[in-house]
Amino acid sequence: MQATMTFTPGSAPSVIVQNLWLIPALPIVASGVMALLKQSRRKLASGLAIGSLSVSLLLSLIAFARVVGQWAAGSVTRETISFTWLQFGSATVDLGWVLDPLAAIMLVMVSFVGLLIFIYSVGYMAHDENFTRFFCFLSLFAGAMLGVVISNSILLLFMCWELVGLTSYLLIGFWYQKPSAAAAAKKALITTRVGDIFFFLGIVWLFSQTGTLLFYNHGVGSLEGLNLANLLPAHGGLGLSAAGAIGLLIFAGAVGKSGQLPLHVWLPDAMEGPTPVSALIHAATMVAAGVFLIARVYPLMQIGAAPGGTTASLTVVAWIGSVTAVFAALIAVAQNDIKRILAYSTVSQLGYMMAGLGLGGVAVGMFHLITHAFFKALLFLGAGSVIHGCHEEQDIRRMGGLRVDMPLTFATYGIGMLALCGFPIVFSGFWSKDGILEAAKHSAAIKGPFFLLVFGALLTAFYMTRQVCYVFFGYWRGHGTAHESPRVMTTPLAILAFFAMALGAIGTPAWPWFHAFLENRAATLDMHAFGELGFLALLGTSSLVVFLGLGLGWWLYGNKSPKPEAPDALEQSAPWLWTPLRDKLYLDEFYGATFVAFYAWWARVADWFDRRIWGGIVSLVAWLFGLWAKLNRALDVYWVDGSFDKTCEELSNGGGLLARVQSGLVQNYLRILAVAVVALAAILLWSSRP
Amino acid sequence: MTGFASPLTGYLLVAALLFAIGLAGALVRRNAIMVLIGIELMLNAANLNFIAFWRYGPHPEALTGMMFAIFSIAVAAAEAAVGLGLVIAIYRHTGTTELDKINRMKG
Repeated sequence: MQATMTFTPGSAPSVIVQNLWLIPALPIVASGVMALLKQSRRKLASGLAIGSLSVSLLLSLIAFARVVGQWAAGSVTRETISFTWLQFGSATVDLGWVLDPLAAIMLVMVSFVGLLIFIYSVGYMAHDENFTRFFCFLSLFAGAMLGVVISNSILLLFMCWELVGLTSYLLIGFWYQKPSAAAAAKKALITTRVGDIFFFLGIVWLFSQTGTLLFYNHGVGSLEGLNLANLLPAHGGLGLSAAGAIGLLIFAGAVGKSGQLPLHVWLPDAMEGPTPVSALIHAATMVAAGVFLIARVYPLMQIGAAPGGTTASLTVVAWIGSVTAVFAALIAVAQNDIKRILAYSTVSQLGYMMAGLGLGGVAVGMFHLITHAFFKALLFLGAGSVIHGCHEEQDIRRMGGLRVDMPLTFATYGIGMLALCGFPIVFSGFWSKDGILEAAKHSAAIKGPFFLLVFGALLTAFYMTRQVCYVFFGYWRGHGTAHESPRVMTTPLAILAFFAMALGAIGTPAWPWFHAFLENRAATLDMHAFGELGFLALLGTSSLVVFLGLGLGWWLYGNKSPKPEAPDALEQSAPWLWTPLRDKLYLDEFYGATFVAFYAWWARVADWFDRRIWGGIVSLVAWLFGLWAKLNRALDVYWVDGSFDKTCEELSNGGGLLARVQSGLVQNYLRILAVAVVALAAILLWSSRP
Repeated sequence: MTGFASPLTGYLLVAALLFAIGLAGALVRRNAIMVLIGIELMLNAANLNFIAFWRYGPHPEALTGMMFAIFSIAVAAAEAAVGLGLVIAIYRHTGTTELDKINRMKG
C-alpha cells in the first residue's frame, strides 16, 4: 500500500488535522494489543482501553477547539487530508479524513460518552470471566466509530461502518452461551446487511458518476462544486435524479444501521448484549451513525431543492423518520423488559433525528443526536445499574420501590427520563425535540410529520412514566433485596445527568450556538426569540403534550404496585390495543412469514437441487471411479502381488533346501567335495575323449 | 596297451590306490585322528605322483619334482601339527573326537 500524501499548495493542513488519524488509531491499536493478552490481565486491559480512549478524547477536544477557533476567527472550518490508496487505470481510490464542525462535535461526543461507558463497564463487567475480551471489542468499536466520524472518503467511511457492524455483532453475542444472544447477534448482522447492500450500491453509483470517493477535496470532491451539480441532471430512474437515487440508496444503509422502520427489528433484540454495550453502541453512538451519515452526505440529499422546498430523498427521510418515531413509541408502551422499552425508545428517537434531518436540516437532527446520546446513555447505564442492583432481573414488574434502595440511580434516571420526555426548559431533550417540532411545523413542503411527531412525544412521556412508576415507585416485588451500585458505576451516571440537563443551553432559540457552529455562521444571543409568538405557541403545545403524557402515565400506573402476575392497567382497560402492541405489531411474525419463509423455502429448493442433481452427478462419478479402483485392486492383488509373492516363496524354499546341505558335519562337506571332484573329472575325461 | 609297458603307469596306479584308500579313510572314519591320517595318505599319493611324473617326464635332470615333494611334505607336516592341535582343542571343548557329534561348523 503506497500512501502518497498530496497537499494542495498554499493551504497546508494544520498539525492537528495531519494527526487526526491518531484519534481512531489509538483505540484500535489498544484493541489489537488486548486481543493478545491473557484473559486474566484484567487491570491491564481496562487500563489500556480507558487510557487510549482518554488520549483520543484529549485529541478530540484539541481538534474541537481548533475548529471552534477557526470558526470564531471567521476562516475556513473544513480541513481535509487525502491520499491515494489504489490506482487502476485513470481511476483512483482515495482515502482521507476531514475535520469540520460536524466531525468535531461527533468526535467529542463519541469519545466522551464512550469513555464514561468504559469506566462504568469496569464495574458492570467486574465478575465476567471474559473481561479482557469485552474491552478488546469495546475498544475496537470506539476506534471504528471515531473512524466513521472523521472519514473524508465514502469508502473509508464504509469500511469503518462495517467494522462498527462487526463489533456490534461480536458484542451483542458476547454471552454467546445464551442461544437468544447468539440469535440476536445474527439477526443484527443480517438485518443491517440488507441496508448495507443498498448503501454499497449507492457508493458505487456515486463513484461512477463523480469519479471520486472523497467528500471534500478542494472543490473536486463528490459533495462539492461541479461534481455535485452534475448529479442533478443525470437520470436516476423512477423519475428521480441521480442525486436523489444515490441519496435514497445511502439512506437505506442508514435505515439499517439506525433501526428505522422496515429494518428496525434487530435493535430491540440487540439488548441481549451486556448493558454497557446497549448504552454505547445501541443507544448513544453506533445507531446514530446512520443519522450522522445522512448529515455527512446532506449536500447530496439537498441539492435541487427550491428555497423553502425539499427533495424527494429528504421527503422520504422525513416520513420514514416520523412514522418510525410513532411506531416504535407505540410498541414501547406495552413492553415489560426495562432494556427493551429503552430500545424501542431509541428507535423512536432515531426516527425523530431522521425527521429533524429531513425537515429542518443538519443542525436540527444533529442536535437531537448529541443530546439523545447523553441522556440515552444515561438511561441505559441507569437501567444497567438497576439490573445490577436487582440481581440481573430485567422485568419491570418484578422491581418497584427502588427510589429508596437506589437513590443515586433514581435521581439520575429521573433526569434522563425527563430529558427523554422533553420536560420543558431545564432538560436538553426539550430543546432538541422542540427544534424538530418547530422545523416540522414550519416545513412548507411536508405537512404530516408534525402531527405524528407530537403524538410520538405524548407516547414517549407516557411509556417513560409507566416504566419509572414500575421500577422506582410502589413497593419491592422482586426476590432478595436491591442494593445501590458501586461508585465506579454511579459516577458516570452523575456526569451524564449533568450533561443531559446542561447541553440544552447550547441549542436554544435565543442562542443557537450549536446550529450556528454546524452551519458556519456567527452565533448571536437574541433573548427576544423567547418572546416570539410562534415559539411560545410551540412551547405551550409541546409542554402540554409532555404534561399530558406524564399525567396519563401517573394516573394509570403511579404508586400502584400491581402483582407481577396481574394484567397491566392498560391491558385491563383496552386489551384490543394492548395485545398487538405487546406483540410488537406483529412485524417479526410478518418477516418470519414472508422473507424468512421465502428464504427457507428457497434454501430447501437449493438443498434438494444440491442433494439430488449435483449430488447425483458427483455420486455417479464417484461410483465410476470406485469401479475403476476395484479393477485396479484386483489386478494388483492377483497379478502383481501374486507373482511377487510366488517368487519370494520359491526363493525361500530353495534357500531352505540348500540350508540342509550345511549340516555342520565336516565329513558331509568332504563327501560332497569328493563326489563333485569325481563328477568333474568324469566330465573332463568324457569331453576330452578323442 | 603301451601304458602297461611304461613303469609310470604302475606308479600312477599305486598313487591312485593310495589316494582312494586315504579318501575312503577320511570319509568313513568317525574318529578325527583317523580322518587326519586319511588326509595324510591322500597327500602322500599326490607326492608319489609328483615324483613319478618328474622321473618319467621330459626333464628328469632338473630336480623340480623332488623339490615339490619335499615342499609338500614340509607343508603336510605343518598341516598335521595344526590339525592335531585343533583336534586337541575340540576335545577339550566338547569332550569327544567323534565327528558325528561335532556339528557346529555351520551358519
